Parts: sequence; structure tokens; C-alpha cells
Amino acid sequence: MSASVDFQEAGYATERPLLEIKDLAIGFTTSNGEVNAVRNAHLTIMPGETVAIVGESGSGKSTTALAAIGLLPGNGRVSAGQILFDGEDISNASEKRMIELRGNSIGMVPQDPMSNLNPVWKIGDQVRETLKANGLPSGPDDVAKVLSQAGLPDSASRAKQYPHEFSGGMRQRALIAIGLACQPRLLIADEPTSALDVTVQRQILDHLDKMTTELGTAVLLITHDLGLAAERADQVVVMYRGQVVESGPSLELLQNPQHPYTQRLVASAPSLASRRIQAAKELGVETDDMLAPSETGVVEPSKTDEVLQIQNLRKVFKLRSGLGKSTDFTAVDDVSFSVKRGTTTAIVGESGSGKSTVAQMVLNLLAPTSGKIIFDGVDTSTLNSKDLFAFRRRVQPIFQDPYGSLDPMYNIFRTIEEPLRTHKIGDKASREKKVRELLDQVALPQSTMQRYPNELSGGQRQRVAIARALALDPEVIICDEAVSALDVLVQAQVLNLLAELQSRLGLTYLFITHDLAVVRQIADHVCVMEKGKLVETGSTDDVFDAPQQEYTMALLNAIPGAGLMLPPEVEVA
Amino acid sequence: MSTYILKRFLQLIPVFLGATLLVYFLVFSLPGDPIVALFGDKPVNEAVAAKLRMQYHLDQPFWMQYLLYLKSIFTFDLGQDFSGRPIAAVLGEVFPVTARLAIMALIFEAFFGIVFGLIAGLRKGKLFDATVLIFSLIVIGIPIFVLGFLLQFTIGVQLGWAKPTVSSAATIPDLILPAIVLGLGSFAYVLRLTRTSVIENMNADYVRTATAKGLSRFQVVRVHILRNSLIPVITFLGADLGALMGGAIVTEGIFNVPGVGNRLYRAVLSGEGPTVVSIVTVLVLIYCLSNLLVDLLYGWLDPRIRYDS
Repeated sequence: MSASVDFQEAGYATERPLLEIKDLAIGFTTSNGEVNAVRNAHLTIMPGETVAIVGESGSGKSTTALAAIGLLPGNGRVSAGQILFDGEDISNASEKRMIELRGNSIGMVPQDPMSNLNPVWKIGDQVRETLKANGLPSGPDDVAKVLSQAGLPDSASRAKQYPHEFSGGMRQRALIAIGLACQPRLLIADEPTSALDVTVQRQILDHLDKMTTELGTAVLLITHDLGLAAERADQVVVMYRGQVVESGPSLELLQNPQHPYTQRLVASAPSLASRRIQAAKELGVETDDMLAPSETGVVEPSKTDEVLQIQNLRKVFKLRSGLGKSTDFTAVDDVSFSVKRGTTTAIVGESGSGKSTVAQMVLNLLAPTSGKIIFDGVDTSTLNSKDLFAFRRRVQPIFQDPYGSLDPMYNIFRTIEEPLRTHKIGDKASREKKVRELLDQVALPQSTMQRYPNELSGGQRQRVAIARALALDPEVIICDEAVSALDVLVQAQVLNLLAELQSRLGLTYLFITHDLAVVRQIADHVCVMEKGKLVETGSTDDVFDAPQQEYTMALLNAIPGAGLMLPPEVEVA
Repeated sequence: MSTYILKRFLQLIPVFLGATLLVYFLVFSLPGDPIVALFGDKPVNEAVAAKLRMQYHLDQPFWMQYLLYLKSIFTFDLGQDFSGRPIAAVLGEVFPVTARLAIMALIFEAFFGIVFGLIAGLRKGKLFDATVLIFSLIVIGIPIFVLGFLLQFTIGVQLGWAKPTVSSAATIPDLILPAIVLGLGSFAYVLRLTRTSVIENMNADYVRTATAKGLSRFQVVRVHILRNSLIPVITFLGADLGALMGGAIVTEGIFNVPGVGNRLYRAVLSGEGPTVVSIVTVLVLIYCLSNLLVDLLYGWLDPRIRYDS
């Protein structure tokens, strides 16, 4: 699992492919008849090779991989084509044959470490049953060995713990241990790190690389991130709406994408885009056209004043620890920064860094333990209820989950109109006109008004959320992971929309995210948070070009796609 | 853990006091004079009546009666019922019978409910599932006294497979039919709960991961589906034990079981305050203890739940 071309060594080319998928079609029986999730899929994995399937949600990438290990959900089946594992067609193999192959010959590392371990059994038990089912020695020492090979320290005592006592990264290591416990010849890794923090992602992927290289395991890597795929795999297969649209050696595919979808993907993948900006800067190329159009034609005179000043902000939560006792947990510790009008400031950090707590305090949804938030010269903690109502009009949020943040019982018109009605703005006719304008602004057709959230895609919903935030003509918008739940191309569209709205309306954004790649594209200033503290702050260029703190460097290095820049001759740190 | 259990036992004190006070008050408010009722059709002998009233403290105000009752509990002398037998002896006679009946009903509903529910869940939408679902709906839909009489008549009288009524010894074979009747309603709930829980767990990610390890179907079901699915079922069963003890009145009436329900019913009718309160208090304590047991079992089944820390 390495981007290097070592695997092309003599010998491999003449061998029989380990996995060969030919003209594969997978259908799902639904109440509306049979739906084809995958059509004419084909891919080949040679022994020891890493092949990545890249695609957005619903592209059929996971379905294809699950078919290869015979784990399609109950209503799905292979309707045509072949899956040849070491020459044997297993597309319609008996369950008995599949049980023989699973674990032993084909292993799997699933996506979500939180839900893929059984919560009621100890980690060691879950490893042991894997060894036992495949006829391998399964004593405590064997279990500990498997776990320690997956990079779990103190594995003998860790094996006696339950999944909920593990962090996400440790659980993923346990799942990797399970997937590789029987040294299978093929490992299916379905988004193995997408639920983890970026720095942990990198460690886990590096370790997986090392193990599969040592064992000579072939890997089928499923990912939505083209940068990650190109960095980790020898071959990349791009899937779009159930079909393979393009495949080939990763570097070649990245440098010379043929299919329009791949071209768009190469252009939009945040990891690649941010690397590209970085590379171009080092070549001295003008990068403005690569950045989202954020700083053109902004309302000039107010540009310098600081609309938000955060001073020594602290938030301490009391954690209950039984029998009325409590311990203090400092979620936000002495954070100070300021936001200039009409600019975008990003707060970056991993889960637990306190970034969302800051956002909630700025929104005045959570009272700070100490410190001040000064909005337009006024300390927000001193606002009375009337002033607070006015404040809410000027500061609006956009949240992460486009599925959870819209009321499913409200149609889109009512959703966007609600803030106008709450703040008693205009009459019925003028509010409807305003909603129409807002829909235009976020590039949704006006017919959307009568629809309900469940009829819209994730990207469309997030546009509705943006329209709702804009309804009151706010000055500041707090985006809490506003694009994290979206597919890459949709993410790029929404980011562009946000940037365009900023230049048109002079908006100020406070952008909370864990994704530095997105920051590079949209932010003017960056605040890096770690464990409640602000570790580094500066202009985006400064932070990316010359990070001062080790933690920032680690975050930057964790953006996938290092070392495979476009143009490729540019060396990137 | 031990602090948790101690805390739970301390919580029993207010529950005990509240339950006894409430029940005592309800019995006190019953219309009619129980002593007058004792004379039946005969004329009331005022001297005897006054003596009886004094003996049962019925001439005292409510608070005094309640406090005297509490005192009698703490001195382990529960007094006598209207027929002159010590209440403690009555309790010792009826509770074992009902406990036997309730535990048999519990075993019946747990075993068949879980087995049928598991099979139905694993074969969701198939014939077995549909049949069992319809059957459980019928059982839930028909009141227990209808079911009781129906089974008593068909199985007990017509087919003669079991005795239609229970002897005064209330042996285990005697109690099989009443236990089935008593457990039928809960059996249907256990079945449905198990089925839903199994279906939910079958689609869990960790079940797919377990299959990907190369485990056989049987191992996946036993290790990963069954144990996880039993967590809500155990909770229900534990709470149900208390309900079965107290809810056996109808069943005991139908089959003439000499248990708690029968005795309680008679005591309520004749307004024997101390007897009613004593029986109900024991029932409340059983209910509380079985709930505590469930919570402890819950922690054992699901390691994410811990009561210390």
C-alpha cells in the first residue's frame, strides 16, 4: 500500500490476478422493483497490490467491495458478471465456501470504529474468535501478539478492556488487528479512517501500509478522497453512479484524468486543491484564481474594524463523577482572537479541541465561565433579552448536519421564512419575495419552496440552511463544520457559494472545521486549537507556509496527497 | 458497586413507607364498617363489636392506626386477621404458592418468548414469523380471564390433560396450566421484544464485521446477536416478575389457587386493613428487589453500564 512503483517489479505482471471483477452488476430488490446499484464494474488486483476505489456516497464503491467478500445486505445480489478470487468465481459461491474464505483469505477493515466492535464483548474476545474460527492458535498470547502488531501498546492488558474504554484510533487498530489476524491475501479496507481525526488517520494508514507490505497483502481501499487514494494506492478506480468511469495507475490518473467526472474530482478534492495552492506558491505562481473568490469587491471602508473580539475566553464543564462529586473539565482555556469584518477566520482542531464550544459561546448559546466576547463593541454577556434578540439577527449559524438541522415537518418556504416571521420583518407578500430572492442567491430553483427536507439531497439542504442563515441579513455567520458532511464535489460548490456570498454581501465568517484542506481554500486567518488552547494563530498563508507549532505541522502533514503534487516535479514538504 | 447496592437499599425505605401509608389510607377510606360486616345477617352485639374495634385499633384515628401498624411491623408482630390467625403465618402460607406460580410463568414466557422471538427475527417476513406475530396479537388481544376459562375448559375439563383446579397443596404439576395462562400475555410481549431486538441487531455493523471474520452463522447468532438482543428482554422479564406476583389475582381466582391473589381479594372484600397492607407491602418490596436485580443484571450484560465511579 504505497504510492511507490516498487510493486511493478518483475514477476507480478505475469502472475494471475488475486481478485478480478468482470462486468459486475449488483441489484437491490426494493418496493419499486429491482434497482441496479452497480453496473459493468471491472477491476483487477494483483497479489500484493493496493487498488483504491474512489467515489462519492451512493457511487457503488462500498457495494462492490462488499460483494467481493459476500456481505451484500439481504436484499442485494450479484445479478451479472463474475468475481474471480484467485481464479475461482465467488460471485454466487455457497455460504459455506464464503465462510471458508472470510478471515483466512479475504479480510475486512470496516469504516466506523464506533459501531463495528460489539460493545458487550472484550476486545480480546473479539480477536480470539477470529483466530479460532479460522483454526489458528487463539491463546491470550496469540491475541496479544495480533493486537500489538496492529500498533496497540500494552496489548495483553488492553485485550481485557471493552470497546467503550478505547479511543476511536485504538478501536480502529483493533479492527485492523481483526482484519489482518489470519494474514489474508486480500484486505478490503472500507474508508478505514474517515471517522478519525486527521493526525490519527495518518498514523493508522501508515501502520496499515507497513503491515500489508510486510505480509504481502493485497488491499482494496475504498475512499471518497482522491488525494488519499492516489497517495496510498498503486491503481485507482473511479466509480460514479454505479459505474467505473475511469481506472489506471494513480499518478497517471491524477495528472491526466480523462473522464469529466474524474477531472472535476481532481479539481475539487480539498486535499489536492490545498496541496496545489501550496505547490504553486512555492513556484511563485499567482494563486488567486485557485482560491475561492473571497476578497474581491468587499465592502471596503469597514474592512479594518474588528467585528468580533474574543478575550481570554474560558469554559469549564463540571463532569459528574458519582455521589454528588464532580470534576472540572476545561473545554476552552484562555482563548483570545479577533475577527475582522468581511473576512473568514477558521478555527481548526481535532475532536475535543474545544472549537465547537467556542462557536456556541460566540453564538451566545452557551455562557462562558470567564472572558469576554465583544461583538461590534458590545460585550455579549451583558445583553438583555431585547438586545439579545437583536444580536441573534446579526449573528447566524450554519450547522454541520444538513439532515438534522432542518425541521422535517416544515417545508422549505416555512424553514426559510421562520426567522423573518420571528423577527416580525415585512408582511406575508414581502416575506415570500424575500424567500424567493434567498433561494436565487443560493442557486436553488424557486419551486424548492414547496418541498420538504427529505426530498432534497445533502448539498441542497445545506443550501437551504445557508438561505435560512442569510434571511435576516446577518453580519456574521458561524459555520460549524458546515461542509464536513458533504461529498467532495458538493463541498466545493458550497464553499464557492459561501465565498461568492461573502464578496457580494460583505459577510464575515467564523468557520469551525477539522479539515485544514478546506481552510486553505476559504480562510484568511486561521486559529489552531488543541485541547482547549489556542496553539497558533495567523494568516492562512503564514500558518501554511511557516507553521510555528509542532501540532500545526502534524495537522498539515496529515492532509493526504503529500508527495504527489501537480505538477509532479514540485517537491512539497 | 457495593455503594450502589447500599444506595438502592436505602432508597427502599421511603418506598416502603410511602407504599404502606398509601395502601393503609386506601383501606381506611373503604366504605362500610368491617366489624359490622363480620356479624353478617346476625344482630350486632355492641359489646363484642367494641372489643373487636379495640383489638384491631379501629377506634383510633387514622394516623394512630397507621403508626400502631408500623410499630407492629418493627416488632415482627403483624397481628391477626379476622379469623384470628396470625398474619405472618398467612403470608408464609400464601407467598410460596404464588412465588412458585409466578416463577413457573416467568420460565415459560422467557423460554418460549425468547426462542420463538429469535427464530421469528432471524426469519423476518417468512411464514413462521407471520404466524407467530398473528398468534401473539391474538394472545395480547384476548383478556386473561377469557383465555383462562377457555384453557381450563378445553385442556382441563374436555381433554383432561391437566387438573382444572389446583389442590390445596398447589404442587408444581398442579400449577402448570395456571402458569401458562398467567405467562401468556407476557410471553407475547417477550416474543415481540426479542424479535424487534434481533432484527435491529442483525443489521448492526458489528454483526457484519463478525461475519467478515469468517464466523459461522450459528456463532454469529449466538455470540453477537443473541446476547445483545437479550438486554432489553431481561429488563422486561425482571420487572415482570413483580407484576406476575401481584397480577395473579385473576388467574388464581379461575384455578382456585390458594395464593396471594386469592387471599388479598378476600381481605379487600372484608376490609381487613392490616392483612391487605401486609400483603401489598411484601409485593411492593418484591417489586423493588426484582427491579434492583434487573439493574444489576443489566450492568453484567452490558459492560458500558457501570454503577460505581
